[in-house]
Amino acid sequence: IETYYDPACLPDLLPIYYRRLFPFSQYYRWLRYGGVSKNYFQNREFSFTLKYDIYVRYQSFTTQNELEKEMPKMVPYKIDIGAVYSHRPSQHNVVKSGTFQALEKELVFDIDMTDYDDVRRCCSAADICSKCWTLMTIAIRILDRALREDFGFHHLLWVYSGRRGVHCWVCDDAARKLSVAARAAVAEYLSLVKGGEETVRKVVLSDPIHPFINHSLSVVERYFQQYAIVDQDILGSKESVDKVLALLPEDILSFPVSNSRKGGQYFDKEIMLQYCYPRLDVNVSKGVNHLLKSPFSVHPKTGRISVPIDLKELNTLILLSLICEELERPRADEAEEDDMKDQENEQEAGERRRIRDYKRTSLAKYVKVFDRFLEAMARSRKGEMLKKSDLQKDF
Amino acid sequence: MQDSKKKRKKLIGNFQNDLYDQCLQFYGQPPLENISLTEFETFAVERLKLLKTVENVGVSCGKSSEQYTKKLDAEISSLNFPHRGGISEYEKRRKDHISHFILRLAYCQTEDLRRWFIQQEMDLFRYRFNCLHSKHKTDFLHKNNLKYETVSAEEKKNLKDKLIASSYGLSGTKVEEHDVYKVPFQDALDLVRTRKVYLLAGNAYIPHHEIVTIVLNDFRTRLSKALAMTARSLPAVQSDERLQPLLSHLSHAYVGQDYSIQKNIGKISLEQIDALSGKSFPLCMRHLHKALRENHHLRHGGRMQYGLFLKGIGLTLEQALQFWRSEFVKGKVDADKFDKAYAYSVRHMFGKEGKRTDYTPYSCMKVILSNPPSQGDYHGCPFRHSDPELLKQKLQNYKVSPSGINQILELVKGMHYQLACQKYFELTHNVEDAGFSLNHPNQYFTESQKLLNGGRDIKKEVDMSQRSQENPASVTHPSQANSKQAHEEMGDLDSFFQDE
Repeated sequence: IETYYDPACLPDLLPIYYRRLFPFSQYYRWLRYGGVSKNYFQNREFSFTLKYDIYVRYQSFTTQNELEKEMPKMVPYKIDIGAVYSHRPSQHNVVKSGTFQALEKELVFDIDMTDYDDVRRCCSAADICSKCWTLMTIAIRILDRALREDFGFHHLLWVYSGRRGVHCWVCDDAARKLSVAARAAVAEYLSLVKGGEETVRKVVLSDPIHPFINHSLSVVERYFQQYAIVDQDILGSKESVDKVLALLPEDILSFPVSNSRKGGQYFDKEIMLQYCYPRLDVNVSKGVNHLLKSPFSVHPKTGRISVPIDLKELNTLILLSLICEELERPRADEAEEDDMKDQENEQEAGERRRIRDYKRTSLAKYVKVFDRFLEAMARSRKGEMLKKSDLQKDF
Repeated sequence: MQDSKKKRKKLIGNFQNDLYDQCLQFYGQPPLENISLTEFETFAVERLKLLKTVENVGVSCGKSSEQYTKKLDAEISSLNFPHRGGISEYEKRRKDHISHFILRLAYCQTEDLRRWFIQQEMDLFRYRFNCLHSKHKTDFLHKNNLKYETVSAEEKKNLKDKLIASSYGLSGTKVEEHDVYKVPFQDALDLVRTRKVYLLAGNAYIPHHEIVTIVLNDFRTRLSKALAMTARSLPAVQSDERLQPLLSHLSHAYVGQDYSIQKNIGKISLEQIDALSGKSFPLCMRHLHKALRENHHLRHGGRMQYGLFLKGIGLTLEQALQFWRSEFVKGKVDADKFDKAYAYSVRHMFGKEGKRTDYTPYSCMKVILSNPPSQGDYHGCPFRHSDPELLKQKLQNYKVSPSGINQILELVKGMHYQLACQKYFELTHNVEDAGFSLNHPNQYFTESQKLLNGGRDIKKEVDMSQRSQENPASVTHPSQANSKQAHEEMGDLDSFFQDE
């Protein structure tokens, strides 16, 4: 669904987006986390990239209302979410030095397609297509399973980054409270592809093979034939065949395969993993105060919105222009209805308009995914509170 | 009256029993009694010996080797500390408790001291914990409120294959026979990070033999915090005149043998260095000296290691500058460039530039463990960093006997680098027993000079009336008694130089 996108239209379209489409109430509901912790939303840092690449940090808001008023006014081209701090970020300068600290943040992961450039042939850099999008599918399946089954996390929000990858926001209570060391440890546990330019063989397996690796391999194996052999055609040219051959043990021709090098017997698995296994940037996941692109933020270079991904459908993209175009076609009967209702309370009218507006666009189904995610968290919180009050024998 | 006295005695008895009913402790509570200054001093010195033994054994055998435990067993059993939970260990445990806290006072002051202390205490703790019977391990965990949940037999059975596939060295029998613990993954980060543990629903499943890692983490965290706190209250302690000299002696006893205090300055002349390098330098320094003479240059790592060694054997700053300049000038560096570029770093070594820290000559540990040499470097420990073939050739060049070379290579294979160097000492000095435990290149030099100049013999006459001697006049076969004496000398260089 590619349509021509011109960044010059941003100054016109963005205000419309923020006024009529951005799902503020869901967004606020998310970041408030049920209001269990006092000032959780108020102490959250946002950073905005404004027109002409002006970057402002330590933005914070007190209410949903304030957010709704400010965003269409400031018209950020990019929105990043940071940590929940000890004080309101907008007042960080007046706080006694040393006491302003990042306290909590979601555990996040960033999978970027450019990190796979050495193993994909269809595109490079910021381009993506249906052939290499499979890599994201594989990444999501592997990481989602591991984060849920191995680490016991429940509330994962997968988001399209807007350009060339995906982000994962792990929103469990326990995840938000993780230390830097713990985040790094989780990211390392999930890392299998190691090494830079100089490293040819980036995956090394040896006995015993950890259950995590086996789980990951079964996902990769499911997609490998179609993805690597067919779509990426890795055996299709001498150059790419050579790349594969470079990963084989030198003594491959002597049967049976000897153990001359560490774990030499798993070279087939290693190759599959090197071509397909998710590549994480540990540094993104480590920092409690690391800023990451916000869901529902627009990517100024592509015009695409960072939408939540429904794990049941891992293959469509959306364009901002597309939504706005859909919007531009007003419907006569609706317009009439609007006028009548505008006599009522302004805010309500605005809210209603917004709900009506995004529902008319393809943004709707993504907001639905987000809603489901929020519902699950709310249910879980309720469950926790019931458990707690049971323990305390409150009636 | 009698009754209450009896009761009191019984109460105290019970209290004492409780306090020291386990041979291992976390040192959570400081001791609350009065002790004499003598006891204070004795306890502290004995524990220091204990920790140094732990350190030495750890360096000479790999910490995970079987030999390690055996050797530690042997060494510790002779040191009058709690060992393998004997019945009447009350006194030893009391000493263990008190001495730990005394050493905290001595070792909390600097980052280096703290690091050393924590490392040895951790190694000691690990050794003791591993000596405990399974049941006692669980008891220990309970007593110290370390609540690690055990996995039910049923769950173990279900997860057996996964557990075996996740933990190195875990067999089916081990899973069945021993406990497996379940802790939140946040408490087992080291194992999670390296993926050496099975994770399920946010819990790490730790086999019995790995639980010590978790406990050690706990131990280290607590000790680290405790030392920080101790450091804050130290000024109060140090103001006590009775304690201050002892505490500083204790921490210097660790530092004093690092040859930073040069009492022998200016006793060596530059002309002697070539000869000395063949006779009394450890292999690493002989190697560096040769490379310097041949190439008229050494890179930074080599300059540091060799330069500080030379400082330790007594070169003055002026001598050092002359030495390095004369050599570098024969190479590609002219005198001017030397003065501009290299002289600064020589002065730096002597504490005359920049931070003005008086750098200390590297110990064997430092040479072996840090800054491995790369292409074009000559520093490091030849026993550790040289290819065995090259090492063999070098030893042949230095006329070491074939059987001697084999012995050395065996030790190198077993990663006993310092023992290999000691063997080199014995072979080149023609003695059966070096008589000391090598852990510093300057120590090698000192011991060698002592041996060659008969300094030892003179000491012998004075001190050893009770000790048997095979050959009083000979320097080639020192008896066991010598090694004990050497230990007791604690690096006292004065005697050596006064004899000249």
